[in-house]
Amino acid sequence: MRDLKEIQLAMQPPMVEGDHDFGSVSDKIGDITLKRKTPFHWFIGFGIAFIVAQLLMMTVTTLLARGIGIWGNNQPVGWAFDIINFVWWIGIGHAGTLISAILLLLNQKWRTSINRFAEAMTLFAVACAAMFPLLHTGRPWLAAYWLFPYPNTMGIWPQFRSPLIWDVFAVSTYATISLLFWYVGLIPDLATLRDRAKNKYFKFLYGIFSWGWRGSARHWHRYEIAYLILAGISTPLVLSVHSIVSFDFSVSQVPGWHASFFPPYFVAGAIYAGFAMVLILCIPLRVWYGMKDFITDTHLIYMGKVMLATGLIVVYSYVMEAFFGWYSASQYEQFMIYNRIWTGPYWYMYWLLILCNGMSIQLLWFKRFRESPFWLFLISIVVSIGMWLERFVIIVTSLNRDFLPSSWAMYSPTMFDWSMFIGTIGFFFTLIYLFVRFLPIISIFEVRTLLPAANVHGHPSDFDESVLGVEYTYDHTDPPNK
Amino acid sequence: MKENLYGLLAEFDSPTELVDAANAVREAGYTKTDAFSPFPIHEIDEALGIKRSILPVLIFFGGLTGTLLGVSLQVFVHYIDYPLNVGGRPFLSWLSFVPPAYELTILLAGFTAVFGMLFLNGLPRPYHPVFNVPRFALATREKFFLLIESADPKYGYDDTRALLQRLDPQEVFDVPE
Repeated sequence: MRDLKEIQLAMQPPMVEGDHDFGSVSDKIGDITLKRKTPFHWFIGFGIAFIVAQLLMMTVTTLLARGIGIWGNNQPVGWAFDIINFVWWIGIGHAGTLISAILLLLNQKWRTSINRFAEAMTLFAVACAAMFPLLHTGRPWLAAYWLFPYPNTMGIWPQFRSPLIWDVFAVSTYATISLLFWYVGLIPDLATLRDRAKNKYFKFLYGIFSWGWRGSARHWHRYEIAYLILAGISTPLVLSVHSIVSFDFSVSQVPGWHASFFPPYFVAGAIYAGFAMVLILCIPLRVWYGMKDFITDTHLIYMGKVMLATGLIVVYSYVMEAFFGWYSASQYEQFMIYNRIWTGPYWYMYWLLILCNGMSIQLLWFKRFRESPFWLFLISIVVSIGMWLERFVIIVTSLNRDFLPSSWAMYSPTMFDWSMFIGTIGFFFTLIYLFVRFLPIISIFEVRTLLPAANVHGHPSDFDESVLGVEYTYDHTDPPNK
Repeated sequence: MKENLYGLLAEFDSPTELVDAANAVREAGYTKTDAFSPFPIHEIDEALGIKRSILPVLIFFGGLTGTLLGVSLQVFVHYIDYPLNVGGRPFLSWLSFVPPAYELTILLAGFTAVFGMLFLNGLPRPYHPVFNVPRFALATREKFFLLIESADPKYGYDDTRALLQRLDPQEVFDVPE
């Protein structure tokens, strides 16, 4: 029989490696912002991202001056890059909330060292996403009364029966709640930085933003209640957001969009894309900043597994999409499927999508690829491209050949379509670089709770240690990884 | 007896010592006490006799306000103020009112959770007497502190200090007002 300790170790590998105490954890994470000289690669990376972000500024300026005619959108492909990129970015955001909320409710402790920057990623991705529909209106300064219900002198209201208005409510709520969740998590860590900062301006700023947090037991008590309930309400929220995004399509009549299985299909795709982006960010980050003690190989393997599981749901959805087209016995639905995968002008996009999203992740079945950060990084990039292609296939191939052959038209993006898309990627990484420089990238106080010394001995603990339903003692003073 | 003290602060090295000390102080009859730690410790609630917060109730009503706001807004717009006949569909098509009402529920519940928590905690409060103790900066890093306020009915400078000393702390500090 295997030793119980060994089984426990296999089931719950240690989430913090190396020899750490409360102080060294605080130093190691806090010093990135406070003490360490800003590394040279930070300036290089930030510089490139910032330059690329200028493409966005250039596009927005041109757009406001000349109108949305600078894009390739036409009839019938009225929603081209705007909605592709909107869905792509908002999908990426979903992994942050999944990690911070759903994994918290499931008591998955490995979330602790990745939740902070995953939440930051969510915020920045949602900011990029929101730009597309807003600028697609052409005159965003008028969008206030198109989007939000406020009594105006024209006496008109938004149409609440439209999924597009649901989208406004869902995305703005999502952005707000994500911001609150992220900020609440930051308060105790900002207090740590405040008490450690030597520079008086930094001390002042961290002091302001930590609201005078002093770690009082009564405060922690309410803090944990608020944090848990925020997680509880974020969980249905994150599922509702991408469901509502999918309603933008499925409520319409267009073949290829009008499908009742879109909500779960989109949610799985969102989590898939989001985990890919988390891996893209955390694999270089943990090397550059020496965070391998906190973001261990185990974390990467877990994320790889989540990616494999959600990726398979997405592949299943592709199969079902084709099946529904055939089984509907509607000539328009059947034509759409043939057009999409075989006879249409964009058939190669579909097969590229299958290659990126369907084939590449099969490598994750094998331990060799799952345990190699290099391969995980590569697969994540391929998956991100694949998820973008998925939205292209759903949107462009469904619209460009709809019911009437007389209204068919090809779509091709213009330079401004590309510059806006690439510009948002630059904007996203600019924000990520600033975040890494000025805020703790890992939740310091939550990592402290992972240390063996954080357990109170001789008192009934909240955390059940008899994993297997068997009573046994686990020696906390001797970390099992030594 | 010293004047103008906010209270006495004892420093400990581990959460176990803090919880044990808090238990001892509660059993000695002190009520105006508080503990400070760099991370949440669940056992401390019972040790200090902290009652469960009213926050969840507030959040429930925050969420309920959101639901009612969402439903009444949409009913007002589509049924009372501007009924618009689209293909003969009912004006009171409540199913399509669900998503916005749902999102508003979550939005207001979230606002209540965060701002309710800060309000009940009395934050923001950049100044607090405990910050007068220089070692207290370690409360957000690695040390654990137990406070007995001078406003406590059982408080007496010498007695309380002697009690805290018996609990084997690293040090006991006077907290100036």
